[in-house]
Amino acid sequence: MVGEDLKLSVRDLSISYGDQLALSGVSLDVREHEIFGIIGPAGSGKTSFLRTLNRMEILQENMTVEGSIVFGGRDISEIKNVFALRRRIGVVFPLPVGLPLSVYDNVALAPRLSGIKEKGALDEIVERCLTRAALWDEVKDRLTALGSMLSGGQQQRLTIARALSQNPELLLLDEFSIAVDPVTTMRIEDVLKELKQEVTIILVTNLVQQARRLADRTAFFLSGELIEVGETEDLFSGKVEDQRTLDYLEGRFG
Amino acid sequence: MNHSDADKALAVEPSMFSATNLNAHNRRLQWLFRALFGLMTLILVIPVGVILAVLIVRGGPAISIEFLFSHPSDGMTAGGIFPALIGTMWLVAVALIASVPVGVAAAVYLSEYAPDNWLTRGINLAIINLAGVPSIVHALFGVGAFVIFAGFGTSILAASLTLAVMTLPVVIVATRESLQAVPLAFREACWNMGATRWQTIRTVVLPNAISGILTGVILEVSRTAGETAPIMFTGAAFFFPFLPLSVFDQTMAMSMHLFVISTAVPGVPDELKYGTALTLITLVLLMNAISITFRSYLRGKKKW
Amino acid sequence: MLAEQAKPPASMDLDHRGRDWYTDKAIAFLVFVGGISAVIFIIGIFVFITKEGLGFISGPLDVREFFGSPAWRPTSLREPTYGVLALIAGTASVTGLAMVVSVPFSLGAAIFIGEFATGRLREVLKVLVELLAAIPSVVWGFIGLSIMNPLIIDLFNVPVGLGVLNSGIILGLMAAPIMTTIAEDALKAVPDTYREAAEAMGATKWQVIFKVVLPAAKNGLVAAVLLGVGRGFGETMAVLMASGHSINIPTSPFDSVRALTATIAAELGETATGSEHYQALFTLGILLFVVTFIINLTADLVVRGAKKK
Repeated sequence: MVGEDLKLSVRDLSISYGDQLALSGVSLDVREHEIFGIIGPAGSGKTSFLRTLNRMEILQENMTVEGSIVFGGRDISEIKNVFALRRRIGVVFPLPVGLPLSVYDNVALAPRLSGIKEKGALDEIVERCLTRAALWDEVKDRLTALGSMLSGGQQQRLTIARALSQNPELLLLDEFSIAVDPVTTMRIEDVLKELKQEVTIILVTNLVQQARRLADRTAFFLSGELIEVGETEDLFSGKVEDQRTLDYLEGRFG
Repeated sequence: MNHSDADKALAVEPSMFSATNLNAHNRRLQWLFRALFGLMTLILVIPVGVILAVLIVRGGPAISIEFLFSHPSDGMTAGGIFPALIGTMWLVAVALIASVPVGVAAAVYLSEYAPDNWLTRGINLAIINLAGVPSIVHALFGVGAFVIFAGFGTSILAASLTLAVMTLPVVIVATRESLQAVPLAFREACWNMGATRWQTIRTVVLPNAISGILTGVILEVSRTAGETAPIMFTGAAFFFPFLPLSVFDQTMAMSMHLFVISTAVPGVPDELKYGTALTLITLVLLMNAISITFRSYLRGKKKW
Repeated sequence: MLAEQAKPPASMDLDHRGRDWYTDKAIAFLVFVGGISAVIFIIGIFVFITKEGLGFISGPLDVREFFGSPAWRPTSLREPTYGVLALIAGTASVTGLAMVVSVPFSLGAAIFIGEFATGRLREVLKVLVELLAAIPSVVWGFIGLSIMNPLIIDLFNVPVGLGVLNSGIILGLMAAPIMTTIAEDALKAVPDTYREAAEAMGATKWQVIFKVVLPAAKNGLVAAVLLGVGRGFGETMAVLMASGHSINIPTSPFDSVRALTATIAAELGETATGSEHYQALFTLGILLFVVTFIINLTADLVVRGAKKK
């Protein structure tokens, strides 16, 4: 059930690359245990938005962020350990990335970095996360194979397994289905629907129908601005606040 | 690709390409140029073979177990090169210990941390210049800094440190290349999981760069073993009757020894000189060949 | 349920800085130190050679005599003179001959390897060039002494085979690999679209090379030659052993000369630390450092200018 507690509160967020404004004046809330969809054409600032949620802008040279982001009650610009923040947030990118370690080590990486050392505990985590990511059956006999040599669809599911191995509170998915075949996409969508009970999910997608299938509420970004946020059902049945949202949903541009 | 650039490059009289490819005259010219440049290349690379051949023919007979393992005798007109070999090993070892950690650290900084600013540009310029400074100037630096200022006197330590500074660029460049060959996507995946820069480096980046680093180290070994000027006044001795026991001792060295017996000692038989030169060049070329082979072996073993 | 994982809460505490946090900062500092080490050493080189040579510069140095007189007689009992003109002439003549001999061949080889050779042949040639570069300078000097010397004496009927010709050829062979490699990189950097456009207009391979590729790679080729000059300028042992011993301005390629680098190497061992002669040699070192610095800086700027295109 979608809770009323807020997982994430964003106020007046602005992102610039050098002197190029990429996103301005974004304010929104994400509730616990909901799937929050973000749609919009390419270049509207969706990916930049995601990157600020786990403070990845620190690692990029000319990226400046203004505004406030409150995660689980804390303003993330005031915390002392940014790595702890990132550990609590799992991220899946558009391009599948299998690390050049064994499949086992790919999934055991995050737990090990958090201090878990006993083989029994790690074995259990690896199997659980690979199963949740719908990959276990395909790799259970080749856990020593290099993650970077798996197929694209497998690498994407491996990425999800890695994200799950962090035991995250928040899962960010950025157009995860781009480099993945439709069957795998469907499997992953089923996984997400299950995960919703334990994890809050933000799903950036360029597939409007995917948002319709999965998201409880959806936000529409256009040219660096947040146009509106609404219940997915409402938006898709035409109850929008801004005409541009309707235009985008009906495929008139983007 | 900006097509106007290509157009500018070809902005010449329209008659320039009036001859067509199929013209027999052009075909002959084509063959001529190919042969000409091929010949030039040959002339450039043949010396390696010729030199090796001459050294083997004239120096080969001198090579024997005795030659390699005994000391020079009769005022260095007879005997072997053992102390020089040991000395070179000492010098190379200490130089590696001094330069590899610093070089790898510098490369890690340049590849993983350095922002695009004037300091980074300065560092890159400094590396290029370190590599380009004449070896005798390195020797002067070694005398001024290590022999005199640091008080090490003429010793293996002073000579090795001088060599280390001189060959630092080799390690830095080889390491940096192998680090940069690791795709950014791997690092980003780790950072997003909450790994620190160092955790990312030691888990994903460095393990995949080790082989490249090794290639650079082997290359450094070959360069260090062949250098003469930097060690001439900092620790290499004309003749030293004992094997070195500590880094504060002086020592003989292969490169220095070759120089000495071919210029400063009268009456050394040709065979001995050629044999020494042959040993040195074999050592160096062997290290290079290993490095090259290792590199092409690595190229075949793709991990992503 | 994902929730039950035996995990120390500290790793998820947003305000707790654990060991990994401090390790990360420490490593960042260590590698920074490593990074600036190169700058420290370059500055250090300049500082230390200036320190040892300062006495000469601030005292006995007569700039006009230094650069204008060919009389380098530091050990003269009557009146030591420190004119480097002959030494500069020695370096210049040997380097000059080396460039004349090797630039065409290096360029030709770069063109052949880059534009004509393919696959296996290219790899083999590149390896051979690399091995040529690996030969130690003292071995080259030895070759100059024992192989080139008698060869020149026989071939040209001269009494002594050590001199400009001998060391010029040796130096040419030593500088060739670096010029070939850099030139090859410069040629490779020319986009294939240039070549394809020219071929589409009907140009033959050699026309493509001469009229399109070479002009486009001009900057990189200039840089290659500059670096070759720098290499020749700074070479010590080979020149020391193959160029003879007399200090004079050469009038023929068979003349014996002395280069700046060789002078330092030949005389430093016989000076007393801190003596005037000793300091003068360090001053030669400063001169060498500055000149090679300028050459390297110029080559780098030229290459950077090319990359911007």
